[in-house]
Amino acid sequence: MPGPMNGPMKGPQPQGKPKGVEQPGKLFRRLMSYIFKNYGFACVVVVICIVITALSSVQGTMFMQTLIDDYIIPLTKSEHPDFSGLLHAIAKVAVFYLCGVAAAYAYTRIMVNVTQGTLKNFRDDMFLKMESLPIKYFDTHAHGDIMSCYTNDIDTLRQMISQSIPQLISSVITIVCVLVCMLRLNVLLTMVTLLMVAVMLGITKILAGLSGKYFMEQQKNIGIVNAHIEEMMNGQKVVKVFCHEEESIDKFNQLNDELFHSSDNANKYANILMPINAQIGNVSYVICAIFGGILALNGYGGFTLGALASFLTFNKSFNMPINQVSQQLNSVVMALAGAERIFALLDEKPETDEGYVELVNAVEQPDGTVAESEKRTGIWAWKHFHKADDTITYQKMEGDVVFDHVDFGYNDEKIVLHDIELYAKPGQKIAFVGATGAGKTTITNLINRFYDIQDGKIRYDGININKIKKADLRRSLGIVLQDTHLFTGTVMENIRYGKLDATDEEVIEAAKLANADGFIKRLPDGYNTMLTGDGKNLSQGQRQLLAIARAAVADPPVLILDEATSSIDTRTEKLVQQGMDRLMEGRTTFVIAHRLSTVRNSDCIMVLEQGHIIEKGTHDQLIEEQGKYYQLYTGKIANA
Amino acid sequence: MLKTLGSQIKEFKKDSVLTPIFMILEVVMETIIPFLMASIIDDGVEKGDIHHIYVVGGCMVVMAVLGLVFGVLGGKYGARASAGFARNLRKAMYENIQTFSFSNIDKFSTAGLVTRLTTDVTNIQNAYQMILRMCVRAPFSLICAMTMAFLINAKLASIYLIAVIFLGGCLAFIIHHATRYFNQVFEKYDDLNASVQENVSAIRVVKAYVREDYEKKKFKKASENVYRMFVKAESLLAWNTPLMQFTVYACILGISWLGAKMIVVSSLTTGELMSLLTYCMNILMSLMMLSMVFVMITMSMASARRISEVLNEEADIKNPMNPIMEVKDGSVVFENVNFSYKKDAKSYVLKDINLNIKSGETIGILGGTGSAKSSLVNLITRLYDVSTGKVLVGGVDVRDYDLEVLRNEVSVVLQNNVLFSGSILDNLRWGDKDASEEECRHACELACADEFIEKMPDKYNTHIEQGGTNVSGGQKQRLCIARALLKKPKILILDDSTSAVDTATDAKIRKAFAEEIPNTTKFIIAQRVSSLQSADRIIVMDDGCISGFGTHEELLDGNKIYREVYESQTAGSGDFDEKGGM
Repeated sequence: MPGPMNGPMKGPQPQGKPKGVEQPGKLFRRLMSYIFKNYGFACVVVVICIVITALSSVQGTMFMQTLIDDYIIPLTKSEHPDFSGLLHAIAKVAVFYLCGVAAAYAYTRIMVNVTQGTLKNFRDDMFLKMESLPIKYFDTHAHGDIMSCYTNDIDTLRQMISQSIPQLISSVITIVCVLVCMLRLNVLLTMVTLLMVAVMLGITKILAGLSGKYFMEQQKNIGIVNAHIEEMMNGQKVVKVFCHEEESIDKFNQLNDELFHSSDNANKYANILMPINAQIGNVSYVICAIFGGILALNGYGGFTLGALASFLTFNKSFNMPINQVSQQLNSVVMALAGAERIFALLDEKPETDEGYVELVNAVEQPDGTVAESEKRTGIWAWKHFHKADDTITYQKMEGDVVFDHVDFGYNDEKIVLHDIELYAKPGQKIAFVGATGAGKTTITNLINRFYDIQDGKIRYDGININKIKKADLRRSLGIVLQDTHLFTGTVMENIRYGKLDATDEEVIEAAKLANADGFIKRLPDGYNTMLTGDGKNLSQGQRQLLAIARAAVADPPVLILDEATSSIDTRTEKLVQQGMDRLMEGRTTFVIAHRLSTVRNSDCIMVLEQGHIIEKGTHDQLIEEQGKYYQLYTGKIANA
Repeated sequence: MLKTLGSQIKEFKKDSVLTPIFMILEVVMETIIPFLMASIIDDGVEKGDIHHIYVVGGCMVVMAVLGLVFGVLGGKYGARASAGFARNLRKAMYENIQTFSFSNIDKFSTAGLVTRLTTDVTNIQNAYQMILRMCVRAPFSLICAMTMAFLINAKLASIYLIAVIFLGGCLAFIIHHATRYFNQVFEKYDDLNASVQENVSAIRVVKAYVREDYEKKKFKKASENVYRMFVKAESLLAWNTPLMQFTVYACILGISWLGAKMIVVSSLTTGELMSLLTYCMNILMSLMMLSMVFVMITMSMASARRISEVLNEEADIKNPMNPIMEVKDGSVVFENVNFSYKKDAKSYVLKDINLNIKSGETIGILGGTGSAKSSLVNLITRLYDVSTGKVLVGGVDVRDYDLEVLRNEVSVVLQNNVLFSGSILDNLRWGDKDASEEECRHACELACADEFIEKMPDKYNTHIEQGGTNVSGGQKQRLCIARALLKKPKILILDDSTSAVDTATDAKIRKAFAEEIPNTTKFIIAQRVSSLQSADRIIVMDDGCISGFGTHEELLDGNKIYREVYESQTAGSGDFDEKGGM
């Protein structure tokens, strides 16, 4: 994981792809306005402080001239030197310097808050946005790419906001001030200095171009080597079993050498930039010294020795910020690429929800109608709000689900489910059976609106599910997914995820129902055992039991069970089975089944093939038909 | 630890030595230049000697050019040394990992090895370059500048000495506390990112339970916490710049005041004053640089430790001195075998195993999770070594065979199997480099993989994505079986390798085995009784012990565990479809 090693003092590092950013100006403005939104005042203070710091440094340099011309030379000539004037001048400079130091502390300290605060805002906004995105987003974006927004991209932004931007501002101010001072001292020498700067920039451009080219190549090679390492490490046991070590090493050495060459070149050009520019700076210094010396000796235009001393100091102060700017530009470009990816995430369209029907706790009244209740009653009702006449009606929630000629595709071009017809009466158990990719899981994802259908209607207790608020719709459905995901936290917290206000007793009750109580008690800290890394210390079967308990504590009226496919041993499987059976009692249940025992007592079995329901009926009916179900079930090909 | 790492510099020793030498030469040039500068002003300008200015100016240009050459060479060798060092580290680690046994790999975990080979090496490369270029340069530059300052005027130079001690002390204090804070922050920061990762992969759970708001609240709290800790740590570092400026300014003013007085009494020249002021920057910048290098080194120490762990790890399974190069037949004998994964473990994973299996037999193995089925078969190929007792293959202790010979004759299809990126043929040829396309096709027919390969767009040349993501679980398993068959082994072990294959195909594969490779000893681990029923004999494992060993009928009659499992899987099979493809 990148992150911990990106220390506060590490120089700019090419991470990610240093690709060109489209419309960098616009992006930069957007980034600035994002920072300004929360830290407008702080930013103004920072800029003022940077100006003060830069000016105080420039005035110090200018003081050199005054020191020599106005104090030292007159003093050396006087019989009885009086140092009080000098002391006074130094004291004045000291005060300016102190202001500069104070301002420097002020802005670096404020920048800590601005930088970290902005990064925090970015992180929070990204997370908030991420949670609101539709499932489709996660299907179409690699999880690694999403993560790198939080790690790499945030890190490059940190570099840019905390270091590059202040340095750029300060450099520009210094350059302007120094240029003005130099021009005041001597125009001719200034021209010489500028000429050398032009040479410096030219060389920087050439070297930066070369280094950039190799950095890209290095980045590409790092990617290739890392991918190879990851693949081979994952398959290391297979390598051993097939005695494939030699081949594996040969391939690696070849890739490793390529990486070495590009890395060598990239760093070489980056490394030599600094000394070249520094020495050009020195040459510029020498040339000015010689010219200045000639000028001062001949006294052209009243150019004094003190002025030469000052000018030479300015010459040095002029070259330094230019060097810095050229170095910071690289990290700005990289940060902008990161910002572009972050903004792209922030600009994603969230899941839309036009539903207005809500799910509420209800009590049954003597006349057979239902009324809203504050408490959890075990009975639910749909609360319709009629806009037209501003009235509210209630309808008891039963758990009746109907698919009416439903077509669905992940995109409009490719329909994966065709004309699905399905009726589930309250309390019924509907099973889906079929090969991988037949569309079983997809159907269940439509009921809770993880995806929206292209054509047809899905009705829940007669209500079109598009009219039900998504949150309420999903609350009414309990789901046990095929791949169990657990969160970092205790076992108790993980089960409680189903119902946040569940008491410990309720949680334990649910665990008992799911058959999970037994193994949980045997864990080192029982219900308080910490789970980390998606519950990696639990077996597949145990994780499933926890997922069932989580659904049990939520106590939803309708259940969707996606049976886990990975092999668990027969005994645990039995426990899982019992847990599921108990959970299903009295609820409308959709189950994606892989095991016979789950399917046999279903009220209706749907056999899916390539997005079509090809057979439906009870177990006995389907066996009699001797179709696909019979074939799957017996492992025999009918009539063969 | 550093010695281990250092031994990997190898052919880049020359570059590693040259880099600091050139850096030092560059520093010498840099130090002489202000000295010459003083001479220009004092002896040239003040005395009106234009010739002197030319001579000294010329010298300075020569110095600058030399400085440039040294600087460029230093940069070049530095880049080469560090990039080369990184290459050697990766190479050495990778090669050592190839010698690792299964238990070595288990110890580090796959993810751990990947991090060490990638991120950690990059950290070391950056740190090494920094050390080569700065570690010598900065202190040397500091000493040079200091010496020159003392040569010019010892009294004034002592101001620098005080400044260095003051600034050095402050920086040391800041860094000491900051690194401690930062270590804490980065831990929390990692936690935060881990929780994002968790949310990304579990997004369906979050949405299904409508827990978006709950997660948002949880995240905001954690992110607020990280923010506060970062601010605390970085506020400390915010003192760096102003402290540095304060010291520089104090020096400039002090030198100006005292220097002016000295010039007046003629114990100092104007030129010398200017040089002293130049050295001021050199000295304090070097100090600042040194503190940065120090931070960098501290931060890369953790990486260095992790890398040397891999380099120092010794494979615990090695070839014997005079290995036996031929496996006679496919018979397998376990003699009083006890086994545990850790050397000092108190209880064994496999307890008192005695088995005698004839060449060509088909053996089924059944048992619950954790009953040590895989451990049992892993001993046959010597993926792990027994703790006590012996495992004999073809009548010889497995520890006496050449490892490659043994593993070529005993072919395992692992439970967590992997395909590699490349064409299907490339993958199959892992089993036999020189296999013809015809042989590959035959192996695929036996494993019932031919039927789906033929339906693929490029048939046997179809590209398999990394990790085999473009084939389903059942297809992957069948390809892995075909790959193992190509070795034409004397013993074939299938560790739960048809769990995702549908019942009919499973039966077909078993039938093909029985007909086509009757002389190969076959071990089949499975959860489904139907997959084992036809085996010659079946081993029932329970908690590391053999609970029963016999034919299907015998076990059904006399083994309670076997009967229970059989009964729970009545009629046909327990499974419907090709599983695990999602």
